Amino acid sequence: MALTGIQIFKLLPKTNCGECGVPTCLAFAMNLASGKAELEKCPYVSEEAKETLASESAPPIRPLTIGTGDYAVKLGGETVMFRHEKTFVNPPGFAAVVGTDEDDASVSGKIERFRQCQFDRVGLKLRPELFAVRDAGGDAGKFQGLAKKISDETGGSLILMSGNVDALKAAAGALKEKKPLIYAADASNVDALGALAKEVACPLAVKGDGSLESVIALTEKLSGMGIKDLVIDTGSRELKKVFEEQILIRRSALKNRFRPLGYPTMIVANEMAGDLMEETVIAAAFVAKYGALMVMSDFQPHSVFPLLLERLNIYTDPQRPMTAEQGIYPINNPDENSPVLVTCNFSLTYFIVSGEIESSRVPSWLCVQDTEGLSVMTAWAAGKFSGESVGTFINKCGIKDKVKHKSIIIPGYAAGISGELEEELGGWNVVVGPREASQISKFLRAFKPQ
Amino acid sequence: MAFQPAKQVYTGAIREVTLGSGDKAVTVGGKKVFPFHSFEGTIPHPPRVAMEVWDKDPSAEWAEAAKAPFLDVLADSAAWARKCVDQYGAEMIVVQTKSADPNGDNKPAEEVAEVVSKVINAVDVPVVIWGVANHEKDTEVMRLTAEKCSDKRLALSPVEEGDYKQVGAACLAYKHVVVASSPIDVNLAKQLNILLGNLGVAGQDIVIDPTTGGLGYGLEYSYSVMERIVQAALTQEDEKLQQPIIANVGNEVWKCKEANLSAEDAPALGDPARRGILMEAVTAVGLLLAGADIVVMRHPDAIKLVKQFIAKMT
Ligand code: B12
Ligand code: SF4
Repeated sequence: MALTGIQIFKLLPKTNCGECGVPTCLAFAMNLASGKAELEKCPYVSEEAKETLASESAPPIRPLTIGTGDYAVKLGGETVMFRHEKTFVNPPGFAAVVGTDEDDASVSGKIERFRQCQFDRVGLKLRPELFAVRDAGGDAGKFQGLAKKISDETGGSLILMSGNVDALKAAAGALKEKKPLIYAADASNVDALGALAKEVACPLAVKGDGSLESVIALTEKLSGMGIKDLVIDTGSRELKKVFEEQILIRRSALKNRFRPLGYPTMIVANEMAGDLMEETVIAAAFVAKYGALMVMSDFQPHSVFPLLLERLNIYTDPQRPMTAEQGIYPINNPDENSPVLVTCNFSLTYFIVSGEIESSRVPSWLCVQDTEGLSVMTAWAAGKFSGESVGTFINKCGIKDKVKHKSIIIPGYAAGISGELEEELGGWNVVVGPREASQISKFLRAFKPQ
Repeated sequence: MAFQPAKQVYTGAIREVTLGSGDKAVTVGGKKVFPFHSFEGTIPHPPRVAMEVWDKDPSAEWAEAAKAPFLDVLADSAAWARKCVDQYGAEMIVVQTKSADPNGDNKPAEEVAEVVSKVINAVDVPVVIWGVANHEKDTEVMRLTAEKCSDKRLALSPVEEGDYKQVGAACLAYKHVVVASSPIDVNLAKQLNILLGNLGVAGQDIVIDPTTGGLGYGLEYSYSVMERIVQAALTQEDEKLQQPIIANVGNEVWKCKEANLSAEDAPALGDPARRGILMEAVTAVGLLLAGADIVVMRHPDAIKLVKQFIAKMT
């Protein structure tokens, strides 16, 4: 919660000089609280009050960015505990570890898989975005070389993981333009890594000893050094404990505005499980419950893909479904003899159905009716995909001028509307298509409009 | 000053519901805190995984990966159920009465009930009968089975607004559990529980199914409705929502396209078996965190991953 007018008033000079444009400090405080005034308007406010006000109005969980360009990942900035309250804003980044102890084949395999893990869905590109480059042996040159190679060859964002301050200095110095996350400051090296993060202006991870107190000690120290872009690894690796910590961190940051825990968190899943399957399950838990960065041992499409879907689902706007525009969509260059299909304007449905028509290679017209973003069955149940509404749309949209035949294919799940639709369309032939979009291709290849 | 984590105040509890009879009866529910929040209160019973069995051979519809563990039993529902219990340690079985679907095989209710009874008698763990959401057909099948297996304390699902009187009456008469099913809406879930209450069905005899959407196909709606139901139950003292939740995960996940694509059809999606298994496990984990007390699952490897997850979180 932001400060109230009264709380702000207590921080003002209370001289009622009026230079801010309103007659009293109290009136000015009220305007500040409701966002109607800027603090700069008062020339007499103390430095201390300025700082308090600035930090109180800052987001409760620090937003920050790792990396640059296409693969930059924004973390933090979350404002709620539960996604039905308000959209979760910054989807967690997915990283795979690549170590200096891996041979060339292993490294290039990971690079190859990183490039392959790109999936189109609902008009978005889903993919992992980071590599966690791990220094296995304290050879600073090798570490820096590997980090640079990964960055150059993939463009992926980086987490630089080393227990050796000099190795981190070298790598972060060489790659600072890429804004890597430096991992990790603990009690033994916090001064040196704090200085490094400041010098290269890169975000820094803190690693606790498995207690939140240790994390707090580190973040307080670093924020005292003026470092703001921090990521928390509590150091715990036991699932149950990590879960508890994630809940408490998020809750303390949001409910108590407890600054020392107001940072995005990372989950080192590869150190919490025996294999990639288990890691995936662990990452899945923390996609839902508050992880901002997931580190895994590898990118395998069969493990990344389910996580990307989950991330997409959890981080969508809970109030408004994604929609496609109402209208006629020509697919595969249709002409006046091509089949006509109708569906709803829920984005997911539109992309699935148009994708299936496209891959059938059958030239077709897809008519998309505005159902306010509801899926076929949901819209049908809500009365928004009825014989009447579909009929009105088809009559008005202009498809009848584009084709010579008189057939329209409706979704199998909407079979119930066919009688009414036939009446609405006067003389048209309503054909009930398959229920599942995956059958559309087979269906279209055998279909002749009449 | 020592760090004081922010506290969540709880004022309610989920009711306990017992399924099955005898040694292998299973009690679910009872939690007084959000899912897996055992660090701030009591969770007397961990969530459970139920294994899915069909009342017909699913070979024509199932992905290779899902069929593989059961090739020897897919044509015999009772043997299939036994395999789930004996080999995979199933603590609960869900029989999906797919053959009853009027849009599909449309088998007569007597035949369906016969197969379902065989499954029930083949195992000693609790059984949930999951119908096809066709009110007339489900009512017939449920009534017949409820009578035949009156001493088993089965759970009958889905009981919807359109057939709650008929199926609810059968549950009352033979002391079975109602799975009250509503389409992703807190108020509809509550309303159905009230209607069931008016009919005389007690809180300890109701499990709710707020409807499951698959991964990438509406999961987020199910996730949020479950979180909202659990919040209302535990922090807003909403008596009528304090019921354990069941989610029919396997059926929903495995019907989606990406769980079924072969390596040839979708080389970019990696190993098809592991992809399907992880899609199922990821969905189950999400819904468990949202508040499900029972997840119904299909693939033994996905089940293993999820059971391991539950064990580590408990
Ligand atoms: C998520 C969801 C919701 C979300 C909405 C999501 C959305 N944007 O539509 C919310 C929570 C808002 C919702 C609300 C409701 N829902 Co709802 N919902 C679902 C759920 C879980 C998934 C729907 C989904 O997203 N499917 C995925 C999309 C891609 O499917 P689709 O559009 O049908 O497209 C597929 C096919 O139809 C086909 N296809 C599509 N177009 C075409 C075109 C052609 C030519 C062809 C051949 C094929 C084809 O291809 C696609 C892929 O195979 C389903 C249950 C389920 N598990 O399926 C219930 C479900 C659809 N809902 C249902 C109901 C009743 C409702 C409500 C009316 C409840 C209420 N009384 O409030 C409301 C109505 C909304 C309103 N009043 O505003 C019922 C419908 C029952 C029925 N058959 O009558 C269902 C089946 C749940 C149930 N079992 O009871 N729902
Ligand atoms: S300018 Fe500052 S001191 Fe003067 S009245 Fe406004 S708030 Fe008060």
